[in-house]
Amino acid sequence: MDTMTREHPSSQQPEQGTSSRQIPITVTVNGQKRHGVVEPRLLLSDFLRHDLGLTGTHVGCEHGVCGACTVLMDGDSVRSCLVLAVQAHERELVTVEGLASGDTLHPLQQALRESHGLQCGFCTPGILMSMVPFLEENPNPTEEEIRIALSGNLCRCTGYQKIVEGVALAAEMMAEGSSPEDVGGAES
Amino acid sequence: METRYFGKPLKRNEDHRLLTGKALFVDDVTLPGMLHVAFKRSDFAHGRILEIDVQAALERPGVVAVYTAEDLGDYHQPGPLLLPAPPIEGAVFHPRMQVPLAKDKVRHVGEPIAVVVARSRYIAEDAAEEIFVDIEPLDAVVDLEGALDPDTPKIHDDLESNLAAHVVQSKGDFDSVVDKAHRVVRRRFFYDHGIAAAMENRGIVASWDARDQQLEIWDTTQAPIAIRNGLAGMLGLAESQVRVVAPFIGGGFGPKIMMFYPEEVLLPWISMRLGWPVKWIEDRAENFVATTHERAQIHEAALAVDENGKILGVEDTFIHDAGAYNPYGLTVPINSQCTLLGPYDVPNYRSEFTVVYTNKTLVTPYRGAGRQHGVFVMERLLDLAAKELGLDVVEIRRRNFLPPDAFPHDHGLIYQDFSSLVYDSGNYEPALDKAVKLIDFAGFESGSSEIEPHKRRGIGIVCYVEGTGIGPYEGAKVTVEPSGTVSVVTGVGTQGQGHFTSFAQVVGEQIGVDPTKIRVVTGDTRLFHWGAGTFASRGAVVAGNACHAAALDVRKKILKMAGELLEAPEEDLELVDGKAQVKGVPAKAIELGELASLANPMRGAVEPGTEPGLEATTYFGPKHGSTASGVHAMEVEVDLETYDVKILRYVVVHDCGTVINPLILEGQIQGGVAQGIGNAFYEQILYGDDGQLLNGSFMDYLLPTSMDVPNVVGDHVETPSPLNPLGIKGAGEAGAIPVGALFAQAVEHALRDEGLEILEIPLSPNRLFELLHDREGIASTEESGS
Ligand code: FES
Ligand code: FES
Repeated sequence: MDTMTREHPSSQQPEQGTSSRQIPITVTVNGQKRHGVVEPRLLLSDFLRHDLGLTGTHVGCEHGVCGACTVLMDGDSVRSCLVLAVQAHERELVTVEGLASGDTLHPLQQALRESHGLQCGFCTPGILMSMVPFLEENPNPTEEEIRIALSGNLCRCTGYQKIVEGVALAAEMMAEGSSPEDVGGAES
Repeated sequence: METRYFGKPLKRNEDHRLLTGKALFVDDVTLPGMLHVAFKRSDFAHGRILEIDVQAALERPGVVAVYTAEDLGDYHQPGPLLLPAPPIEGAVFHPRMQVPLAKDKVRHVGEPIAVVVARSRYIAEDAAEEIFVDIEPLDAVVDLEGALDPDTPKIHDDLESNLAAHVVQSKGDFDSVVDKAHRVVRRRFFYDHGIAAAMENRGIVASWDARDQQLEIWDTTQAPIAIRNGLAGMLGLAESQVRVVAPFIGGGFGPKIMMFYPEEVLLPWISMRLGWPVKWIEDRAENFVATTHERAQIHEAALAVDENGKILGVEDTFIHDAGAYNPYGLTVPINSQCTLLGPYDVPNYRSEFTVVYTNKTLVTPYRGAGRQHGVFVMERLLDLAAKELGLDVVEIRRRNFLPPDAFPHDHGLIYQDFSSLVYDSGNYEPALDKAVKLIDFAGFESGSSEIEPHKRRGIGIVCYVEGTGIGPYEGAKVTVEPSGTVSVVTGVGTQGQGHFTSFAQVVGEQIGVDPTKIRVVTGDTRLFHWGAGTFASRGAVVAGNACHAAALDVRKKILKMAGELLEAPEEDLELVDGKAQVKGVPAKAIELGELASLANPMRGAVEPGTEPGLEATTYFGPKHGSTASGVHAMEVEVDLETYDVKILRYVVVHDCGTVINPLILEGQIQGGVAQGIGNAFYEQILYGDDGQLLNGSFMDYLLPTSMDVPNVVGDHVETPSPLNPLGIKGAGEAGAIPVGALFAQAVEHALRDEGLEILEIPLSPNRLFELLHDREGIASTEESGS
């Protein structure tokens, strides 16, 4: 049973016999209209990451527990691994790539750096996209409220303490309206 | 010494990329024509493969190739043995290694049997499900203690039994002190350590360029250089033809240093065979069965003490679960054996362990790497002895500490790095005193355990040491570029430890450059190809010191050149703000970038014996590991209605020698404590009698959340290591190691009116309930912790 191979499918034009329908969709991501033609089963997380190249959204479990894949859909946090791409049709999405304005980081991004609220950074995009709407709804949260809001996002590196501190700091910064400066380091 | 950058809590250089979604992780790599890979894995824990039929899969549109073991020909080899038998007299060791695809037999659920390559991952997974595998199931070996029974099926047919290893180490003579002892405490302990569960699963992208004759691999590995060298050998390529990149890695914690995973061996081979780039990203369900675990040990241990609670000797016999194969050798059980001794003076010690094969996922180190198990046994024995003697738990520890003048202390045992177990330095009492004070131990002890009718409070305090920063060596290359940018390149990979910042601090300190202007690159074998990898809390110690050494060499070059140009003796110069200048005379200065240009002349000759550029590559290898230590304490509240345990306060006092960046250190400790809490109360891998994993998802295997992990109050003691110029000891694992022991002690203390002894970890509300209602049930069954 050697060489059980066929041609690279890119040479088979068009793809014959794929069972599923392909559906055109249009989404607004970070303010830009984007189009795609997708299978109905394609996850929104895969659509964002692989079709649109927005790889800042991470996938940690694909079963809705870790929260790494969180994005905003019409302003609310959703787990993009639990949403089909077709469900996002004509919706407004924001991913981590859309959080900073130009070189100016969102206060929560700044605050997490200040507080050392990330280590490997894999969970970070999901945490940002969960906590941004939380802070909008609750601009002056207690530690307990932050911990409850954060409990849907798993982080295996930090032990959460410094993330909680970062969210509290962000709330302060946003309350003071302290014009956020870019605190980016060597790599900005 | 007055420092500018070293030792400061600087914010991290790498954060900007991570916070904006711009950091490159392996799954972010996309290449033209890239194909996707999925695996057909074994559904059985143990069985003979009778037939594999891949035809239906192959016919599925979009599928490019399907391979089984037979297609691999001579490439089908067992993985290398990473660590041979330790040089311990009488050690028995029967290593058996994993293969890329199972051939005649499957030995654990999740073992790969066939691999599908397709246009998309979705199609590859559809096709993998269409592969028909006929397996004749065999009885699975699950129970550790039954693994060696004569009528238990053998996992490796060519071995006499399921015995993987047997090792005895001793010092002094335990038997001789048993009769003299005032008390001998003897118990059976069960300690199960969970899985690493890094948020990023594993992944590999391999791309063979036939024109360039180069193989490029992106791999979520903690050891890119070893992967490169090993793959080059297997594929018949020169090492220089293979580039392995470990980009940003979403958490490592040990299992990502295991090599070679079957997927790591197969993807490059497939890419070379098909001529297209291929990608495989593990999903979470695969991670539970295909990424290595750490698991249980069962200990029978005894502690002999005199009437003052002084340790006369310890005896320990334990069984360790290797899983189906053991490429990683005996690192984990040797760590348990050696770390058990802790910060204590143990004159007589006898430790014997037996390693058995089981039909479960492989066991390799996960943060702590067996140290937890040893610490648990020793700390529990001390608690039990204290109770018998009417001593408090703090006092019995204090009486047994190695005194500050006992260092270096040679235990006369062989450690995981195969050198002798020598503690380089230590000073344990100040840390204990600080922890006692921070948790207000005395104040608590006088109170009652009962707070409300259904709530009980308890307190605990435990000590540990951690062998860190072992050899062999690491290297670093420091370059000042004509632009003034400084680059630092090392071979270690990084998985969130902040190396982009801490290494920049180490180098910046020596050459007077702001660390935010220093660009650190780790884990790209094209840029640096000497080194061992990130494990055993060694990154900061070994690679950090290599960076320091290379920076010192560059500093010398700078001073020599600048001295000549500025016509000043070198002693009169200082390096500040990216310039070399005459001390106190900022007008007499030259930019480092300008010096770098001058060091690379376009005309004239470079003098014999000198090198162009402001650059140095330097290596560092410690004689042996350095020993970090610490004390953890906590106060808990146990709810007797729900059996939930709430942590009210948590204190860590830690000594990891000199600190490069206290902010990063705090993060490491807090993260370690969180994983320790998971291990102690939330996480346990559960197998059925048939070797099926029963809780392979995040809905069933619980990781602690922000509601479960308390704020950690920290402090430290600094006892620099004499074994490296920076005086550093590793810190990566310290937070995690003693938490199980602490949990048991504090919960037992809270339930002191119930007279319960806790001799096992993990606990859980269910398990606590069982223990309180079934006093026989101490570690009675291995799988009882659900
Ligand atoms: S990847 Fe979506 S919740 Fe984990
Ligand atoms: S920083 Fe690594 S998982 Fe959160």
